Amino acid sequence: MKFFVTVVLTAIVSFALGMYMPWWSIAIAAFGVAVLIPQRPGKAFWSGFLALFFLWGLLALYIDVKNEHILSQKVAELIIKSRSSSLIILLTAFIGALVGGLSALSGAYLRKSR
Amino acid sequence: MRPLPFLVSAIITVSLLFVLNKKLGQAPPIGNFLSPQHGFWQNAEPADADYNDELKLSGLKDDASVYIDDRLVPHVFTKNESDVYFIQGYLHAKFRLWQMEFQTHAAAGRISEILGENPKILNFDREQRRLGMVYAAERSLQVAEADSATREINDAYTAGVNAYITQLKERDVPLEYKLLDYLPEKWSNLKTALFLKYMSKDLAGGEYDFEYTNAKSLFSAEEFEKLYPLAADSLDPIVPKGTLFTDNAVALTIPVNADSLYFAKKDSVNIIESKPDPDNGSNNWAVSGKKTKSGYPILCSDPHLSLNLPSLWFEMQLSTPSYNAYGVTFPGAPAVIIGFNDSCSFGFTNAERDVRDYYEITFRDSTMSEYLFNGKWKTTQWRVETIRVKGRPDFIDSVAYIPEFGPVMYDRKFTGNNRANGKNYYACRWKAHDPSNEIKIFVGLDKAKNYNDYAEAIKNLHTPGQNCVFACKNGDIALWAQGEFPAKWKDQGEFVMPGMDSSYMWQAMIPQEQNPHQYNPERNFVSSANQLPVDVKAYPYYLGGSYPLYRGIIINRRLAAMDSGSVTAEDMMKLQTDNYNVFAEYTRPLLLKYIDESVLNDVEKKYLEIVKQWNLRNDPNEKGPAIFNLWYDSLQVKTFGDELGKSTYPLHWPEASTLSEAIARDPGFSFLDDIRTSHKETVVDIVTYAFKTIIPSLQNTEANNKLAWANFKDTRVNHLTKQVALSRLHLPIGGGNHIINATKVDHGPSWRMIVEMTPQTNAYGIYPGGQSGNPGSKYYDMFVDDWVVGKYNKLWMMKASEKNDKRIKWVMKFSKSSNH
Repeated sequence: MKFFVTVVLTAIVSFALGMYMPWWSIAIAAFGVAVLIPQRPGKAFWSGFLALFFLWGLLALYIDVKNEHILSQKVAELIIKSRSSSLIILLTAFIGALVGGLSALSGAYLRKSR
Repeated sequence: MRPLPFLVSAIITVSLLFVLNKKLGQAPPIGNFLSPQHGFWQNAEPADADYNDELKLSGLKDDASVYIDDRLVPHVFTKNESDVYFIQGYLHAKFRLWQMEFQTHAAAGRISEILGENPKILNFDREQRRLGMVYAAERSLQVAEADSATREINDAYTAGVNAYITQLKERDVPLEYKLLDYLPEKWSNLKTALFLKYMSKDLAGGEYDFEYTNAKSLFSAEEFEKLYPLAADSLDPIVPKGTLFTDNAVALTIPVNADSLYFAKKDSVNIIESKPDPDNGSNNWAVSGKKTKSGYPILCSDPHLSLNLPSLWFEMQLSTPSYNAYGVTFPGAPAVIIGFNDSCSFGFTNAERDVRDYYEITFRDSTMSEYLFNGKWKTTQWRVETIRVKGRPDFIDSVAYIPEFGPVMYDRKFTGNNRANGKNYYACRWKAHDPSNEIKIFVGLDKAKNYNDYAEAIKNLHTPGQNCVFACKNGDIALWAQGEFPAKWKDQGEFVMPGMDSSYMWQAMIPQEQNPHQYNPERNFVSSANQLPVDVKAYPYYLGGSYPLYRGIIINRRLAAMDSGSVTAEDMMKLQTDNYNVFAEYTRPLLLKYIDESVLNDVEKKYLEIVKQWNLRNDPNEKGPAIFNLWYDSLQVKTFGDELGKSTYPLHWPEASTLSEAIARDPGFSFLDDIRTSHKETVVDIVTYAFKTIIPSLQNTEANNKLAWANFKDTRVNHLTKQVALSRLHLPIGGGNHIINATKVDHGPSWRMIVEMTPQTNAYGIYPGGQSGNPGSKYYDMFVDDWVVGKYNKLWMMKASEKNDKRIKWVMKFSKSSNH
C-alpha cells in the first residue's frame, strides 16, 4: 500500500512541478517523495522508476494517439533510425523512469538511518 | 542517513541529469527533448487541433478577426492597414517562426551561432559577411525607415511577430529550436531587410566572373565565343524579335586600355564561390481576354526555387478597408508577394541579369590600409564582423571596404576554404548593396487597381531584377523586365576587372523606361521564362549573363497555338504542369542522325530503340528521358571535358543549348575532337562513343528499377536542415530541366498559381508544403501529394459576409489591449 501511494504521489508531484519547472523537476519530485515517505532503498528505487515510467509513458502515449503518430514516427527515425512510435514512447518512459528511480534511491538513502 | 550510499547515489543521479541536460554531438539534450511536458511531444499537435483563439494585444489599433479555413489559410480582416501587417507578423510567427529566424540568421552569417564550431559553417558565415549581406540590409533599411509609410508597415509587422514571441513559452517553441538547442530572439525591421537580401542573393547572385576569367586565359576569343555564345539561335525572347527599341541609349566609354588590361589579359583565379542554384528560374504569362473563353484575362505564375519544408511560401488573404489581397507571402516580410486583389493579379520570374562584378584592388602593402585609386593612395574603410560561435570564443573578421566598389570579399585572410590564391584582392560590386525599398513594390501591387498603379509600384524594384507579369479585370495585360540594371559596355564585368581607377566602374544605370516591356501586345499574351528579354541585336544595351532557353520557346509556341476565345483555367493548369521536352525535340534528331548503329550490339540497340520510340514527354513512367539525359551529359563530357580539363582552375560548363546548337549549325564543331588523341574524332565518333559509355550505367539503373523517369530523377522536398526524417522523399513526379514543369531533384515550381480575372475572380494555386511549419502537424506537408499529381487548390477570396461559410473552421479574434 505504501509502495502504491509512493508511486502515485511521485507521479502527481512530478506532473505538477513539470507544469512550471524544467524537465529535471521530476528528479526533485521523486527525491522529495522518497524523503517524505521512507521505504527501503530497493523499494524506493522501483517506486520512483515506475512512477515516472507510467507518467512519461502514458503522457507520451496519449499525445501520440491524439497526434495520429505523425511526429513520433519522424522523431523515432531521427534519433533511433526506425519509424516506430512505440519504441520512442518506450524510450521516453525509460529515460523518465531512470531519473525517477535514481532520484528516489538518493532520497531513500538520505532518509534511512541504517 | 547512510552517507556513503547516499553520496554515490546522489552523484550518479546528478551526473545523469547533467548528461541528459546537455547537447551531445548532433543529439539534442535528451532529457528535455523527450520530456512529454517540455520536449518534442509538446510539438505533436492533436490531429483535431483547435485554432480558435481570443487575443488581447497591445500594438493593435483596433479589433480584428482572422478566419482560418480548412486548409489552414488565414483570411485576415482588419479595420486599418497597420493592423493587417501586425496580424500578418503574428501569424507568420505562429506558424513559421523557426524558418523566418533561421533564414535571416543565414542571411546575416550567423549559423555558427546555432550550430557551433565547424569550419564549413564558419566559412559560410564569413562569406555572407564578406559579401556584405548585413551591410546591404542595413543600407536598405535606412531607406525603408526614412519612408514613413514603409516604416509604419515594418514596425507593425515586427510588433506582430514580437507579440507572438513574447508570449511564447520555452516548451512551446518550434521543434527545430529543441533539436538544435537554442531559443528565438526578438524580431526587428533589420531582420525583414535581411530576409529580402536573402532573396536577393538567391535571385541576383548569379554570375561567372571568376570562371570566365579563367576561361579567357585558356581559350582564344573565338573559342570563348563558341563555348559561351551571347545568344542562342533558337532564342524566343520575352519581347518578340522585330520589336524596335529606343536609340537614345546612355553612351558608354570603353576604357582606353581595355584591350591590353582586360580582354587580352591572361589571368587565373582559383575561386569557387558559393552560388545560388543555377536552376532558380520561373514561368509566368498572361493571356488577354481575346484568347480566353470568358473574355477576361488569365494570369499564371510559377516561381522555380529550392523546394523546402517548411515552404518559403505561406498563403494568406489580407483584407483592409482600402484593399483586399490574396496570395502567397514570405514568412519574414509583410504583404502578399505573388497573388491578386479585387482588380489585378501579378507574378514574377527572375531576370537573370548579371549585377555582381569583381574588381582587383591594389593595396600599398599587406596591411591593406591604403589602396590605389586614380593614381592616389586612399585610406581603406573597415567593417568589423563579430561571428559568434556556439560554445567557443567569437570569431572576429575585419573586412576592408573600398567606397568606390564595395567589400573586399577575398584577400589574404579569407580564401574561401583555400579556394582563392590568397595573393590577390577582389572587391565585390553588387547591385544589392545599393539601398532600395522592396516593401513598396509588394504593397503597391497589393493595392493596384489598374496598369498605371502596377507600373508605378514596380518602379521600386531595383534588385533582384524580375520579369513582372500583370493582368487586370479591365482587360489589360502587361509584362516589364524590371530592375535597376547597370548599363555595361560589351563584356564589361564578364571577367574580373582592374580596380585601380574609375575607368572600369559602372558608368550609369539603364533608364527605367528603357527596360524591355510589353503592354497589351498584338499576339494577345505576354510571357517570360528567364530567357533573354530581347533580341540582343536590337536592344541598345549589353545583357551578358546566362539565360535558360527552352521553357520560353515551348510556352510561347503553346500560347500562340491556342485559338482565340478558347482558353480556360483548365488549359492553363495543363500547360503549367506540362512535361513536354522541347530541348529533346531539338536535340534527339541530331543524336539519332549521327549515331553509327552498325557498331551497336543488341543491348545497345535495345536502349537506342527506347530513345527512338520516346514520345518526348518527361512523364513519370517514361524511360526515354533518363537515357536521353545520360546520353547528352555523356556527349557534353566527351566534347568539352578534354578542353576544360586542361586547367585545374574552376571553369563554367557551357549551357546545355550550346552543344546542341553547335552541332545543328556545324557538324564539324571544333570542340568535338578529343585533343588527347592523335586521331581526329568526328561528330559520329563522339555521339556513338558517348552512347556506348552510358550502357553499364543504364543496365545498373534498370536492374535497380530506376529507369522510369520519376524513379531516376527521385524528386524530394527537403527540410531546411536536410534532415531526412523531416523531409518528403521519392515523389513520383515528372518534368525537369528545360520543361515547363521544371521539377528537378529538390528544385522546381515552389508555387503554381492561375488567376482568371473574371468579375468574380477564379483562382487556383498550390505549393509543395503545407501551411504549418511544424513537422508535428498534419498541415505540415498537406499539399505535397496533390502538387505531385498536378492538382490545384481553389483560392478563395473570402468576403466579410461569408464568415459562416462551412470552409471556415476556426476564428481568431484579436482585440487591442486597453493598457496601452
